[in-house]
Amino acid sequence: MNMVLKAYRRKLDIRNGLVDLSHGAGGRAMGQLIEGIFHKAFDNDWLRAGNDQSAFQVPAGRMVMTTDGYVVSPLFFPGGNIGSLAVHGTINDVAMAGATPLYLSASFIIEEGFPLADLARIAETMGEASREAGVPIVTGDTKVVERGKADGVFISTAGVGVVPPGLDLRSDAARPGDAVIVSGSIGEHGVAVMSKRENLEFEVDIVSDTAALHGLTAAMVGAGGAHLRLMRDPTRGGLAATLNEIANQSKVGFRIDEDGIPMRPEVAAACEFLGLDPLNVANEGKLVAVVAPEGAEAILAAMRNHPLGRDAAIIGHAVSDEHCFVQMETSFGGGRIVDWLSGEQLPRIC
Amino acid sequence: MKYIDEYRDGRLAKDIARQITALADPDRSYHFMEFCGGHTHAISRYGLEDLLPANVRMIHGPGCPVCVLPIGRIDAAISLAMRPEITLCTYGDLMRVPGSEGSSLLKAKAAGADIRMVYSTLDAIRIAEQEPQREVVFFAIGFETTTPPTAMAIKMAIARDLPNFSVFCNHVLTPAAIQNILESPDVRKLGTVKIDGFIGPAHVSTVIGTEPYEFFAEEFRKPVVVAGFEPLDVIQAILMLVKQVNDGRHEVENQYIRAVTIFGNEKAQAEVATYFELKESFEWRGLGQVPYSALRLRAQYARFDAEKRFDLETPAASDNPACECGAILRGVKRPADCKLFGTVCTPDTPMGSCMVSSEGACAAHWTYGRFREKAKEANAGRAVA
Ligand code: SF4
Repeated sequence: MNMVLKAYRRKLDIRNGLVDLSHGAGGRAMGQLIEGIFHKAFDNDWLRAGNDQSAFQVPAGRMVMTTDGYVVSPLFFPGGNIGSLAVHGTINDVAMAGATPLYLSASFIIEEGFPLADLARIAETMGEASREAGVPIVTGDTKVVERGKADGVFISTAGVGVVPPGLDLRSDAARPGDAVIVSGSIGEHGVAVMSKRENLEFEVDIVSDTAALHGLTAAMVGAGGAHLRLMRDPTRGGLAATLNEIANQSKVGFRIDEDGIPMRPEVAAACEFLGLDPLNVANEGKLVAVVAPEGAEAILAAMRNHPLGRDAAIIGHAVSDEHCFVQMETSFGGGRIVDWLSGEQLPRIC
Repeated sequence: MKYIDEYRDGRLAKDIARQITALADPDRSYHFMEFCGGHTHAISRYGLEDLLPANVRMIHGPGCPVCVLPIGRIDAAISLAMRPEITLCTYGDLMRVPGSEGSSLLKAKAAGADIRMVYSTLDAIRIAEQEPQREVVFFAIGFETTTPPTAMAIKMAIARDLPNFSVFCNHVLTPAAIQNILESPDVRKLGTVKIDGFIGPAHVSTVIGTEPYEFFAEEFRKPVVVAGFEPLDVIQAILMLVKQVNDGRHEVENQYIRAVTIFGNEKAQAEVATYFELKESFEWRGLGQVPYSALRLRAQYARFDAEKRFDLETPAASDNPACECGAILRGVKRPADCKLFGTVCTPDTPMGSCMVSSEGACAAHWTYGRFREKAKEANAGRAVA
């Protein structure tokens, strides 16, 4: 049987081939695509078992579950691609609860005509990212849609994890007086992606900061879990959106200091050039923590000991404010609000 | 980056602010209008008002090209974009500007219009080249700074013999508008606002120079300081204005000597003059009809003029009656004086144009400064209690 099959089966031409509708039709081509690209890249026992789901042991404690969709353009950018972003982003969403991420799922919606080589590259990056993080991708799905009905590849992921006993981080937990800590320099992901957008290409050596933060969060929990009020990764909408969200959920205001916010000069310059506010620009490997004042120094020290938190800094504190304003002392010595972004962030015209 | 830091030095700023406070006569007040939205943005974003003494007040002028575009022109652009053969190329910040009855280019795009966001006129040229079966129209707006690139695009279209490229021209002129703020029938209606001097936009003057303001300063006896957009540029310009007022001078001064000259970029001016001529009158949102304040394509380039080519009418349409944009653009009122500010009208749901572009006075105040009102309210409440 196998012999016959082999004779009829053409090898997956990863170098030159394109995804076509048969790759999503449930037939042999689809099996070949999944085997040849995804299983090869993600390789683990759960996938090898070949079921439509994965069964695994669950440690005691509270489970965390998250889901996310990735639609980035361009798909490849300095420092990563949609695949590493999907793995890191999902791990981070779990980690922000203070949880240990355990397993991921990944579902692909692929546009007909998408190069197999690009798909393989994306899958390999995902495999690497998940191996490095120690969080396997244990189940997945593939669909192919007609040309024009998607933008290359969309990836949906889910992640599960477990929160250690005694820890309960909540979005409404910030209290006046709490310290606000950022884990490192902001705006790198957004600027790296924008630098490669069609019509906008410009030369910078900024790479995306995309990274899995669960090691860093574990160190923070270890250093002062009891003082940790909440953590959030400032992805879309940037630091500004994250602080406003927390302010509104916790019914507090924030006072931050522009000079204290870590930012690379290239990011500041690129934002200046594009007329963007770096506080609105996305990050993929940074976190914001709100910490009770008595725990701030210990947690900051633990962060600075971790490679992903080397540039961590206290950027301000929570205050009581019924309007939930995020206010900033500017580097210029004046005061202003830091607001959410309205609509899409667009470079200005003049 | 070093280049930028120098113009954001907080210590230097405080030093200049101290000089302003020392020089500002406590027995009088100083009202300066920054004409350009770029300055409005810098003032709000860096919290510059906090550094100024209470008797030096900044008035936000009409210098945001998105804000001053009348509803009728947006409606016209939408009707153009809805034609099946047309691809409308536009700068991103025009997408959300409200037209009549809550319409916008963004909504037209969702409804199927072929509208593409571009970052430069050259993108539009490229689309016209790549898609010869489409009629590509560039939605041209902006002050003197953005006009030369539009002229360049027409030049390129001629050189490349592009039959499918045209321009919907909405280019407006700074000096005409500044003049209108001080003398027009509307001034009598809306009331005048005290203006003791103007900050002129440096980027406009890199093209036109400082010379066009000479007549104006002389005629209206108002000082004009042409300034850059970094916060230090702005605060230095304020200091220069305070000095002029104190001395009773009304001169055109150039704060931005690092790029602005008296006569500007004469090559760019010549390029613009080749393709464009003055329009007798143009409607500005908030200012009404302003004579000789806009450009149109010269007759011999009519084939690049989208209005002629597609028989485009500009429908009459008016703003939400509660919207105070007009008074705000003239400096007669402040954003928070508008009943809709922050309630019905926010950057997410803009009712008037001043709320649309981040450089509009209402948006800048909402985005960066609205805590000041709340603080004032709170203080007033405390004083009463
Ligand atoms: S708040 Fe809105 S409605 Fe009121 S003047 Fe400003 S833009 Fe117009």
